[in-house]
Amino acid sequence: MAETVPSHPPAPEEGHPHHEEMSFWSKYIFPLDHKMIGMQYLFTGIAMAMVGGFFAYTFRMQLAFPGIEVPGWGLVSPADYNALVTNHGAIMIFWVAMPVLIAAFGNFLIPLMIGCDDMVFPRINRLSYQIFFLSVLVLIASFLVEGGAFGGAWTAYPPLSAKAEYSLTPLGSSLWLLAVALEFVAFLLGGINFITTAMNSRAPGMKMYDIPIVVWMIVLASIMFMLSVGPLVAGAVMLFFDQQLGTGFFDPARGGDPVLWQHLFWFFGHPEVYVVLLPAMGIVAEIITVFARKKLFAYKTVLYTAFGTGILSFTVWAHHQFVAGIDPRMAHIFTITTLLISVPIAEMCFVYIATLYGGSIRLTTPMLWALAFIAEFLIGGVTGIFLGASGADIYFHDSYFVLAHFHYTFFPIAIIGFYAGITYWFPKMFGRMLDDRLGKIHFWGTIIPFNGIFLPLFILGLAGQHRRIYNYEHFPELATPELQALRVLATVSLLVMLGFQLVFLVNFVRSLRRGEKAPQNPWKANTLEWQAPSPPPHGNFATLPTVYRGPYEYSVPGRAEDYWPQNAPE
Amino acid sequence: MGKVVALPVRPRREPLLPNGVLGMLLFVLAEIMLFAGLISAFLVVKGLAVEWPPVGQPRLPVEETAFNTGALLLSGAALAWAQARFRRAPSTALRPVLLAVALGGLFVCFQGVEWVGLVREGLTLRSSTHGSFFYLIVGLHALHAVAAILALGWAALRLAEGRLRQDTFASVQLFWYFVVGLWPILYWQVYF
Repeated sequence: MAETVPSHPPAPEEGHPHHEEMSFWSKYIFPLDHKMIGMQYLFTGIAMAMVGGFFAYTFRMQLAFPGIEVPGWGLVSPADYNALVTNHGAIMIFWVAMPVLIAAFGNFLIPLMIGCDDMVFPRINRLSYQIFFLSVLVLIASFLVEGGAFGGAWTAYPPLSAKAEYSLTPLGSSLWLLAVALEFVAFLLGGINFITTAMNSRAPGMKMYDIPIVVWMIVLASIMFMLSVGPLVAGAVMLFFDQQLGTGFFDPARGGDPVLWQHLFWFFGHPEVYVVLLPAMGIVAEIITVFARKKLFAYKTVLYTAFGTGILSFTVWAHHQFVAGIDPRMAHIFTITTLLISVPIAEMCFVYIATLYGGSIRLTTPMLWALAFIAEFLIGGVTGIFLGASGADIYFHDSYFVLAHFHYTFFPIAIIGFYAGITYWFPKMFGRMLDDRLGKIHFWGTIIPFNGIFLPLFILGLAGQHRRIYNYEHFPELATPELQALRVLATVSLLVMLGFQLVFLVNFVRSLRRGEKAPQNPWKANTLEWQAPSPPPHGNFATLPTVYRGPYEYSVPGRAEDYWPQNAPE
Repeated sequence: MGKVVALPVRPRREPLLPNGVLGMLLFVLAEIMLFAGLISAFLVVKGLAVEWPPVGQPRLPVEETAFNTGALLLSGAALAWAQARFRRAPSTALRPVLLAVALGGLFVCFQGVEWVGLVREGLTLRSSTHGSFFYLIVGLHALHAVAAILALGWAALRLAEGRLRQDTFASVQLFWYFVVGLWPILYWQVYF
């Protein structure tokens, strides 16, 4: 642990003259500054989101118009289709949700929000991004090798994933596994940094209950990630050995157990849902309090609820395996824990609604996204109850109902959460304001088609449509014109939604160059990042702040202004 | 974290654990979960097996490894002794640190010899799940031991130069205690 040496010489009190001399390479390519590393994660994540979105477009076209030459891809072969759905899932979770929600926002926000100049281990932080970038390269390489990319679903169940005779991707599946493992190492290093920084580097006066909720959520998510990822890394090594060294860990013919992988995978996989959910919940909490101009209702309840969710999330994993041949008595236990975990999450939603109640709500673009998050995530949560109950799950398992359910959770988390965060912190990140009108066009152009994509898929799932089917024309009871019309509706909605993302890109690039200059605190918020210049210089604060109160003191009676920055003495 | 801030004097937060130690503690927690995953996978497969060790597979050298386990535990004790001396006079800690490195090195070398014997007797990575798990779990532990010995050697070097800080030493120690403390559990679960 030689990383405790300061990343840069002690900063002079103002001006930071020596920072101006940094070369292009040390500033943008190999930075130590937490904000720049956050930007690297952000832009890599956005680029990967485009890749994942393109994959979705390709296989949705195949489902709506089977056998069509998809513009931009060509004819989708069954192997292509499998590789596309597999990597769409893996990319959206491991290379979009995690880097953007945890790594990008975590890196950018944690030091700013707790009032310090950088992460405690800046070089480990840089290493974290470099390993992450390497994992992206390995993932891309898996598409280029002989045999093609891995197509055994993002959950990579053996024996399909373990043997080249089954998967037909001898190199692709191992590279895919390697990319996932590298990505885990990157987030392990990042998580250690986040937790240590938030615990040890807070500004003087900032007590545990003065830490903004979003920082707590990212810290909790990092703790959960670190405690859950070990078993999956163990499983990934075993699977890699099975693929490349000829062991039989998951081969029943040789004494192994294929269901074992499912346990190791979901022991990580289910906490992972909350690892990405909590940061999104935190982002929404910040936005809701600022734009309701009201104190967060029950700060401590939210915090303890998040802790409780974290603990419970380690006890629910086998609800993914109700039909995998597990003991029915075990299924009972996991049904109970799964239904229990909906309680804390519902509680958080109620807390947010209670925060809105009686507030003077401002419907800015970030606020619209935050409200949409609650509404859409609620649909995802409620449909999850059917899947958590083992009796119902036997019918719904592996259908489009499951698919629509988890898109109603992951889309709000990864996409709505990201847009809420980026529209809210854009002025701080880049020193310019986003265009509000374009932002609202983009919001409605995303939310309405989103429901157009996934509501029909619930109906298709109830009709018995199985996931992972390349072409439904071969299934007479699923190839009816009514069901096909729903598939077309979903695909057309996707096209509309993807089209509206161009509005965001235009808004982003235009505001970056010609947007209105952002003041230091455009939203009149309390948290410390808004008390630094926009954008914050290397070293963040001209004078490192001292904290006098909690982060959510809005509309305090008897004060002339309706906000009260954490670092204002009076 | 010996960071000097060129600002007007302001109260610094006195952390409960220094950065290096807290960071290492978190890393060790993740590592514990990694081995917990491996051990539970091993127990599941062992529990499903009709006969353990599988037919035709050699028995693991329990007695020799008991001696080896002793060497590793002594190495941990030597490091604890080094810490006690470091607190009083840092320069006197060098010899116990080197002793810990030597005992740790002995452990790894002995394991290597043991592996050669086992491979000769027919226990390989592919011969059975028993062999696969044995080499995976024990091998992963050995890799950790090698990394920890390198870290200890680096700490000894800094110590000899008189540049070793207490918190750096503490985080290296923490990693070595993890490697030492993990071994008896692996020995008990895998060998018996």
